[in-house]
Amino acid sequence: MNSGIIFGSLLDLRQLDLLASGDSTIHRLDARFKLLAAFGFILTVVSFDRYALSSLLPFFFVPLAICAMAGLPVWLVARKALLVLPFALLVGAADPLFDHTVQLQLGAVGISGGWLSFISIVLRALLSAVAAILLVAVTGVPAIGAALARFGVPQPLVTQLLFMYRYLFVLAEEAARASQARALRSIGRRGMGPGPFAAMIAHLLLCSWERAERVHQAMLARGFTGQFHSSQHYRFGLRELAALLLFAGGCLLLRLVNLPQLVGKAALGLIQGVV
Amino acid sequence: MSNPIVSADQLSFSYPDGTVALRSVSFVIYPGESVGVIGANGAGKSTLLQQLNGVLSPTSGQVQIGDIPVTSATLQEVRRSVGMVFQQPDDQLFMPTVYDDVAFGPLNLGITGQALEQCVFQALDAVSARHLAVKPPYRLSAGEKKRVAIATVLAMHSSVLVMDEPTAGLDPCGRREIMQLLSAFDQTRIITSHDLDMVAQVCSRVLLLHEGEIRADGAPGDILRNTALLAGCRLELPLSLQACCICGR
Amino acid sequence: MWAVAAGAIGYSSAQLTRGNDQRRVPLMGVLGAFVFAAQMINVAIPGTGSSGHLGGGLLLAILLGPHAALLAISSVLIVQALLFADGGLLALGCNIVNMGIIPAYLIYPFCFRPLAGSSPTVSRRSLAIMISALLALQSGALAVVLQTTLSGISALPFTAFVLLMQPIHLAVGLLEGAVTATVVRLVSDVRPELLATPDSVASTAGLPLRSLLVGFFVAALVIGGLGSLAASDKPDGLEWAIRQVAGSAELANPRHGLHQVLAKVQEQLALLPDYGFRQATAPLPVAGPSPEHWGTSLAGLVGGGITVLLLSVGALLLGRGRGNP
Repeated sequence: MNSGIIFGSLLDLRQLDLLASGDSTIHRLDARFKLLAAFGFILTVVSFDRYALSSLLPFFFVPLAICAMAGLPVWLVARKALLVLPFALLVGAADPLFDHTVQLQLGAVGISGGWLSFISIVLRALLSAVAAILLVAVTGVPAIGAALARFGVPQPLVTQLLFMYRYLFVLAEEAARASQARALRSIGRRGMGPGPFAAMIAHLLLCSWERAERVHQAMLARGFTGQFHSSQHYRFGLRELAALLLFAGGCLLLRLVNLPQLVGKAALGLIQGVV
Repeated sequence: MSNPIVSADQLSFSYPDGTVALRSVSFVIYPGESVGVIGANGAGKSTLLQQLNGVLSPTSGQVQIGDIPVTSATLQEVRRSVGMVFQQPDDQLFMPTVYDDVAFGPLNLGITGQALEQCVFQALDAVSARHLAVKPPYRLSAGEKKRVAIATVLAMHSSVLVMDEPTAGLDPCGRREIMQLLSAFDQTRIITSHDLDMVAQVCSRVLLLHEGEIRADGAPGDILRNTALLAGCRLELPLSLQACCICGR
Repeated sequence: MWAVAAGAIGYSSAQLTRGNDQRRVPLMGVLGAFVFAAQMINVAIPGTGSSGHLGGGLLLAILLGPHAALLAISSVLIVQALLFADGGLLALGCNIVNMGIIPAYLIYPFCFRPLAGSSPTVSRRSLAIMISALLALQSGALAVVLQTTLSGISALPFTAFVLLMQPIHLAVGLLEGAVTATVVRLVSDVRPELLATPDSVASTAGLPLRSLLVGFFVAALVIGGLGSLAASDKPDGLEWAIRQVAGSAELANPRHGLHQVLAKVQEQLALLPDYGFRQATAPLPVAGPSPEHWGTSLAGLVGGGITVLLLSVGALLLGRGRGNP
C-alpha cells in the first residue's frame, strides 16, 4: 500500500466535497431530484442485458453534460471513476474464461460473449461510479443525507451511511500513516507475515475508532443530535419536475433504443450510397 | 459576587480500566474570569475539561454550569453554553469548507439563512479568518486551524470557552496571535496549558492539578513563582521568571 | 426479500433510536468503513475466477450488538451495490437478509451468545466464533439455495445445488471465523469494555424473540421467492420491449429456453452475497445462441466508434476549457 497513492485519492474525495459548494443551475436544483436522477441512472445502466456494449456508450454523455453545466473539472471526475477499474476488471475477469459462445462475427474473427460481458461490466461499473461521484460533487454529502431522510429512510441508517463515508477518510489516513511507519521500520524486508498483518489491522481499527470518537465528540460538543443539516435550502418545484421528466425520458430512450447502432447504420448507408 | 458560572463539587472520575483521574475536585468560577488549569501530563486536566460539557460523566460528585447540573438530560443546554476547543484542530474541523465548519454549530441550534451567515462571518472576523471562509480546513496552517477552531465555538455564542492547549504546536507569531485573542475575549475562559508563560499573561487565576487533585487555586503571581510547589507537581517556573541561561541573572 | 430487509432495517433503527446510545455511532461508522474496505481487498484476490469475501456480519454483531450491526452491514451493501453496478442492486434485499439478518438476528443471539456465555475466556470465545461463523455461512448458503429454488428459476435440483454450495461455504466459513476471532481477540486486548453488550439481545419486549425470528425467516423465504421471480422477470420484459422497438431481427434461438434457464441460474449465483462466489456474469459454456446478425453488429461497432470519438472530443474540449486541476 503506497501511502502516496492513498493520500492522493483521499484528497480527491475531499475535493469532491469542495466542489459541492459551487454555484450553478445544477447545484441549485433540489437535492432530492439529484438523488432520484442518480439512482435512476444507475438502475437503467444495471438493467441492460449481459452483452450490451454500444447501447451503453451514449450514457457517457450524461456525465459530460453535467460536468459542463456545473463547471466541474472533467479529469478530476474521470480520475476518481477510474479508481473503480481494478475491482471491475477483477470481477469480470472470469467471463472470457468461461463464456466461449461466439456472439459477434467479424469476418473470420469470432468474439466470444465472455469478452463482451467483460467489457460491459467494466463500462457499467464506470458509469455507476461516475454517477455516484457526480451526485456528491453537485450535492454534497450532508444534503444527500437530508434528502434521504425526507424520502423516509430511517434516520439511524442515514446517519450510518454518512458517518461511514466520513470515516473512510479517517481510516484511509490512519492506514497511510501506519503503512508509512511500517515501511520506515522494515529495512530491506518486503511484505509481512500474517501475524504482523493482523496486528496492524487491529491497530488500524482501534486508531480509527479513537479518532472517530474524538470527531464525534467534537460534533456533539457543537450540538449535534444525529441529524445532518445543510446550509442550503431546497425546494422541489416546477423546475425540478421538468428536469426529472427530461432526465427520465432521456434514460428510457437510451435504454430502449441503441443509438450508436442507428447512427452506425446511417453511416454505413451513407457510405454504401456514396460508393 | 455574582453567581458562579461553572462549579464543581467533589468531582471524582475513574476510567473503565480503573485509572483514577480526578479525586474530589471542587472549585467555583465566576463569569468573566480567565482561568488557567496547569499540571503535569496525566494530572487530569483534559479529563476535567471533558466533564464540563458532558463528554464524560463523573463517577461521583457534580458539575454545574450556571444553575444547570450537567446530566445526560441537560446535555443540549450545557453544550449551548460551554464551547470547547480541542487540542487537535483536525478532530474538530471536519466539514468541506471553513464556512461549513463554523456554520455547523449554529445550524444544529436551528439558526439558518441570513442570521446564519451573519453569525458565521462575525465569528470569523473575531479571529481574523474571514479570508479563509471558502478554503478547505485540511489545507490551513496550524495557526489558521486553531483560529478557525476557535471561531467554530464562538459562532455558538457560548458563555464559557474551554480550550485544551491552545498554543501547543504553534510558531511564535501564531502563539502571539492566539494569546492576543484570548486576552481580548469577554467570555469566561478555562484554558489548560503547559505554556506557563502564556498562562501568566492571559489568565487571572490558576488551578494547579496533580494526580487528580487540586493542589493550588489562586492568583498566577503567587502560584507561578512558587518553585517548590511547582516542582512537586512536575512543573517548573515559567521561562520568563527563570534565571537567564546565558548570564545567570 | 426487499420487504423483509426493509422491515428489518426499520426495526433495528427503531431499536437504536429508542436506546439513544450515541456512543456507538462513531464505532458503527468506522466499522462500516472498515468492513467496506475489507470486502474490497478481498475482491482483489482472485482464485479460480471467483473471489472470497469477508462477510463481516458476525464481527459487527459481536462488536456492536445486533441492531447496529444490521444497519452497518446494510449500509456497506447498499453503497457497494450502487457503486459497482454488477447486479448487486437487484439482489440487495437477499444480500441484506443473508449477510445481515442471519448473522445479526439469528446466529448471534442463538448461537454465539449461548456458546460464549457471559464472560468467556479467550479460547472459549474464539471457539464460539468459529462455530458461529460456520453456521452463519452454511445458513446463508442454504438460504440462497432455498430462495433460488422457491423462485422457480433454478434448473438444478435442490439436492445437487445444496451439495454444490455447502462445501464451498465451509471453507469460507472457516476463513471468516478465523479472521473474526482474531480481530475480536485483538480488540478485546485493548478495549475490553467494547465487548460487554448484554442489553440489546434480550430487550425486545413483547413477542418472544424466537417466534418473531422464525416468522421472519419463513416470511423471508416466501417473499424472497416471489421477489426473486419478479427481479428476474424484469430484464426479460425489457429485452422483449427492446426487440419490439428497435425491430432488429435477432435470429430465434432454438435452444433459447434451456439457455435462458441456465443463464438465470448463473445470474442468481452471481447475485450471491459474498460467500466465496462472486461472479458477476459467467454463463456456463453452452452451445448458445447463434452469432448476432452480421449487419446489426457491424452497425453497432461503427456507431459505437463514432460515439467514442464524440465523447473524447467533448471531454478534451471541456478539459482544455477548465485547465487541469
